[in-house]
Amino acid sequence: MMLGNEFTSARLRRGEMTLGEKLWQVSWSLVLVIMVVAAIGLGMLYSAANGSWDPWASRQATRFAVGIALMLTVALTDIRFWMRYAYVFYGIMLVLLVAVEIKGTIGMGAQRWIDLGIFQLQPSELMKLALVLALARYFHGADLEDVRRLSFLVPPIFLVLVPFGLVLRQPDLGTALMLAAGSGAIAWLVGVRLWIFALLLGGGLAAIPVAWQFLHGYQKNRVLTFLNPERDPLGAGYHILQSKIALGSGGMFGKGFMAGTQAHLNFLPEKQTDFIFTMMAEEFGMVGGLVLLSLYVILVIYGFAITFRCRHQFGRLVAMGVTMTFFLYVFINIAMVMGLIPVVGVPLPLISYGGTAMLTLLLGFGLLLCVFVHRDIQMGRRGSYDD
Amino acid sequence: MKQRDGDRAKMFTRRAALLGGFQITLVGALVGRMYYLQVVESDRYKTMAEENRFNLRLLPPPRGEIVDRFGMPLAVNRQNYRVSIIGEDILRHVRSAEEREAAVSHTLDALSRIAPLSEYDRARVQRELKRRRGFVPVTIRENLTWEEMASIQVNKPDLPGITIDEGLTRFYPFGEKAAHLLGYVSSVSEEELGDDPLLELPGFRIGKQGIEKVYDLALRGHGGTSRVEVNALGRVIDEQTTEEARPGAEVPLTIDMRLQDFASKRLAGESASAVVIDIHTGAILAMASMPAFDPNVFTRGLSNNEWKDLVRNPRSPLSNKAIAGQYSPGSTFKMVVALAALEGGVIQENQTVFCPGHTELGGHRFHCWKRGGHGTMNLENALAQSCDVYFYEVAKRCGIDRISDMAKRFGVGEMLNVGLPGERPGLMPSRAWKTATLGESWHQGETLVAGIGQGYVLSTPLQLAVMVARIANGGLKVEPTLSRMTPTPGEQGFLDANAASPLLAKPPPSIGVTKAHLDAVRGGMFAVSNGPRGTARRYGIPIEGWRLSGKTGTTQVRRISMRERETGIRREEDLPWELRNHALFVCYAPEDAPRYALAICVEHGGGGSSAAAPVARDIMLETLRLDPARKRPGEEPRVEDLPPELRALMEEAHAKAEMTSAVYGPPAPPGLLEEEEDDEDETTIPPNLEGTPL
Repeated sequence: MMLGNEFTSARLRRGEMTLGEKLWQVSWSLVLVIMVVAAIGLGMLYSAANGSWDPWASRQATRFAVGIALMLTVALTDIRFWMRYAYVFYGIMLVLLVAVEIKGTIGMGAQRWIDLGIFQLQPSELMKLALVLALARYFHGADLEDVRRLSFLVPPIFLVLVPFGLVLRQPDLGTALMLAAGSGAIAWLVGVRLWIFALLLGGGLAAIPVAWQFLHGYQKNRVLTFLNPERDPLGAGYHILQSKIALGSGGMFGKGFMAGTQAHLNFLPEKQTDFIFTMMAEEFGMVGGLVLLSLYVILVIYGFAITFRCRHQFGRLVAMGVTMTFFLYVFINIAMVMGLIPVVGVPLPLISYGGTAMLTLLLGFGLLLCVFVHRDIQMGRRGSYDD
Repeated sequence: MKQRDGDRAKMFTRRAALLGGFQITLVGALVGRMYYLQVVESDRYKTMAEENRFNLRLLPPPRGEIVDRFGMPLAVNRQNYRVSIIGEDILRHVRSAEEREAAVSHTLDALSRIAPLSEYDRARVQRELKRRRGFVPVTIRENLTWEEMASIQVNKPDLPGITIDEGLTRFYPFGEKAAHLLGYVSSVSEEELGDDPLLELPGFRIGKQGIEKVYDLALRGHGGTSRVEVNALGRVIDEQTTEEARPGAEVPLTIDMRLQDFASKRLAGESASAVVIDIHTGAILAMASMPAFDPNVFTRGLSNNEWKDLVRNPRSPLSNKAIAGQYSPGSTFKMVVALAALEGGVIQENQTVFCPGHTELGGHRFHCWKRGGHGTMNLENALAQSCDVYFYEVAKRCGIDRISDMAKRFGVGEMLNVGLPGERPGLMPSRAWKTATLGESWHQGETLVAGIGQGYVLSTPLQLAVMVARIANGGLKVEPTLSRMTPTPGEQGFLDANAASPLLAKPPPSIGVTKAHLDAVRGGMFAVSNGPRGTARRYGIPIEGWRLSGKTGTTQVRRISMRERETGIRREEDLPWELRNHALFVCYAPEDAPRYALAICVEHGGGGSSAAAPVARDIMLETLRLDPARKRPGEEPRVEDLPPELRALMEEAHAKAEMTSAVYGPPAPPGLLEEEEDDEDETTIPPNLEGTPL
């Protein structure tokens, strides 16, 4: 017998909901916030193209429409389906990652893409979700005693390390770190003891000098430039310097929509993708930046709220995993364009131009909504109705 | 089970809260950073964004014109049409290097049907298009003719990517005829870069010689600025002129270009120079030096070979011989010697000296140019016939220091600061000078040699012209001037400085020579050109009101050997050019009311009366006809309207000028220009003194 609210009917606990009931359960306010953020993103893409829907905004709108449909599909799918096939998805993503490794198209100096014909898929993005699902499933049935057994932690460490290593090899430092951080958050929540984190962190730090040898030239440059931005103002430091100029010159209220000189005169690099926050903050100032940040914070709060409303560990872990991933996107991207952390190619969620990230995020919100819709479901250790 | 779930949930909640707290911290860091960048440091970044966005572009000012005394333009700016190609206009759909070359080739082919292109230009365009950003125009050819420009414009629809733009280049309409005077402009060298940012403009040119150099600051003007909005690639988005360029000032010269033109033509074919000066104002009316160079070539830049040719030419076309050529004045110096003696009271005008053809001093024999001697000579005869013995005697009585002092009062051996680069001071020796520079005491023999304008004495044609001017104007110390403008700006700029220095603010000071003495010397000069035995009597102007008074001078370039003297074999024409004597002539006119003085030196011309006097006469004729000090262009009498005798002389002078300028360059063959006639050219006798430089 779960803890809970007495209004929850047994039928709901068993997940026997009609489609209508499920639709009723979807948190439409969350969907609304997502749409507001996406709309802001389309506006910024319109501005980035100097007041044109082409080439970015229109295509992004289509992707968003497809993504929203997928999100709702995921949301309405029985959560036990995701639980049951968590490892399968994980496996598929792992295979795709290896496939990218073997036969990937070179893009942006790194092998990240796999051409699916219709569009190019970046399996490392979807892996973020697959890993969350897999870890959530693994820890769903675990109690504190299990978690404190070191041998119990060996399989999840491998679950993380294999995709981590593959993504790092691509090389995509940003995504790899996000995988690690997202997994770490889940491990933290299930109660893995502090010294293990300390051990892993210490090991990681110790590995940095070794890892440094394996970093690509441009990655080393980015780190060095981050440590000393004036090192190369016309080379690697140029982007971040121009980004800071754009932000700073935007001031409190910005230069106005489509009036950002840094962005529109192309001083700002990658203004439609990684540096779109800069453009927004240049055109709408700190006020605009804070509005967007607030919307993101609201989305994160939704994530927390859904987590706490959820009655099963799988849902809580999925919700927190997705929320954490989303938060990492936001934080890493904004911190990077403001020069707080080195430039690692992480897009601004729901706003940056790009298909896979949008898909990943909306699927992630789909999972979050799915958790919300199925928050009261009773789930056994293996994901069945009865324990 | 329940307990276990409870523990797990508690743990989850606690750790989720911690995670949330961690996230709040991170968001706080983001907000703080945002505040720092967008509020605290905002002004700094705003400035940087503006700097990013706007380039200040310097607008070059048009260079000031140089005009002659009547406003005739001597140095102007000419439209220079340039055809360029913009890569992105034709290379938009190009995928490979081969396709690019083909596309460019196609366009260049079409263009070359209108304006011929060299293979070199084609290769350069291909190369630059590969290297430059697509929107940067690559110059294909400069200095298009107007016809080429027009037909490119007409055919523009068929010439994608081709644009025509225009700039200004310096142009000297008279080319070589005022080259030394005006100088030339050329690109700024590394050392010349200074405070003026204009100097760093690509293609900016500054004066390197002559008036262009001296008045460079006045002519240069002030650059304007325009704010150019550029994008990150440097492509111009918008341009606004914030300050118009202020053109350089016009520099008026005292030159009369018609006279300058005539003098240059008349001197052409020789290595020669001439200066015509207004004896009352010191205004230089013409200053010609031949051979010259084409300053227009310098504007575009010389090839290595062109430069070598100019430098190696033994007639030194790059040198302005009128101010930089230092020659022994020879017999033209005799007026100064005579005045020194008259002023010193050592001779009287009518005192005579007997010339047996030579004189003796300290065992050395000093020869007169006339082997048999002139007989009894007074001052007038001695000047008219250029008797050397008379002046040996006069110099001996006078002493070098008095001669030296007088010479300097007349400008010989003195920097006259006419305002052109390259002016040289000549040399007027004195006892003190010799002790100071050579550490030796002065010999009296050297005084004798100086008495006939030889030995150490060196002067420039400009100095000789000034000397004659000061004789003719009654002993006033006129200073030679090329422009009323000062080369350095006044408080309110150049026009102010210009207004503040009128040419004749006050009459020039006297040099303190008795008028009677000057008249005596002028009488001698009159006899040179008009007297029955004058050395230049055949090149006078035998018409009242046009008569000129002059003095010939022939200075030898090498010593005459004893053997030559004995055998008498010394025909100038037999000598190689560079060993022939320099021919000089100085004069003023008209005799009854002098206004113009002229000095001329024909290097290795042979004799003063045969090579220099006729040229001088022709130039003086033209000067008197044009009368630039009093008549504006158009007021001068036409050649056809002159009295027949004068008309004949004038037509001959013009014909000769046309002829010499036609056979420009190599020396005119003897006989073509001058009648071959054994003239009474006084050949300066070599002073047989050891160590006397010649």
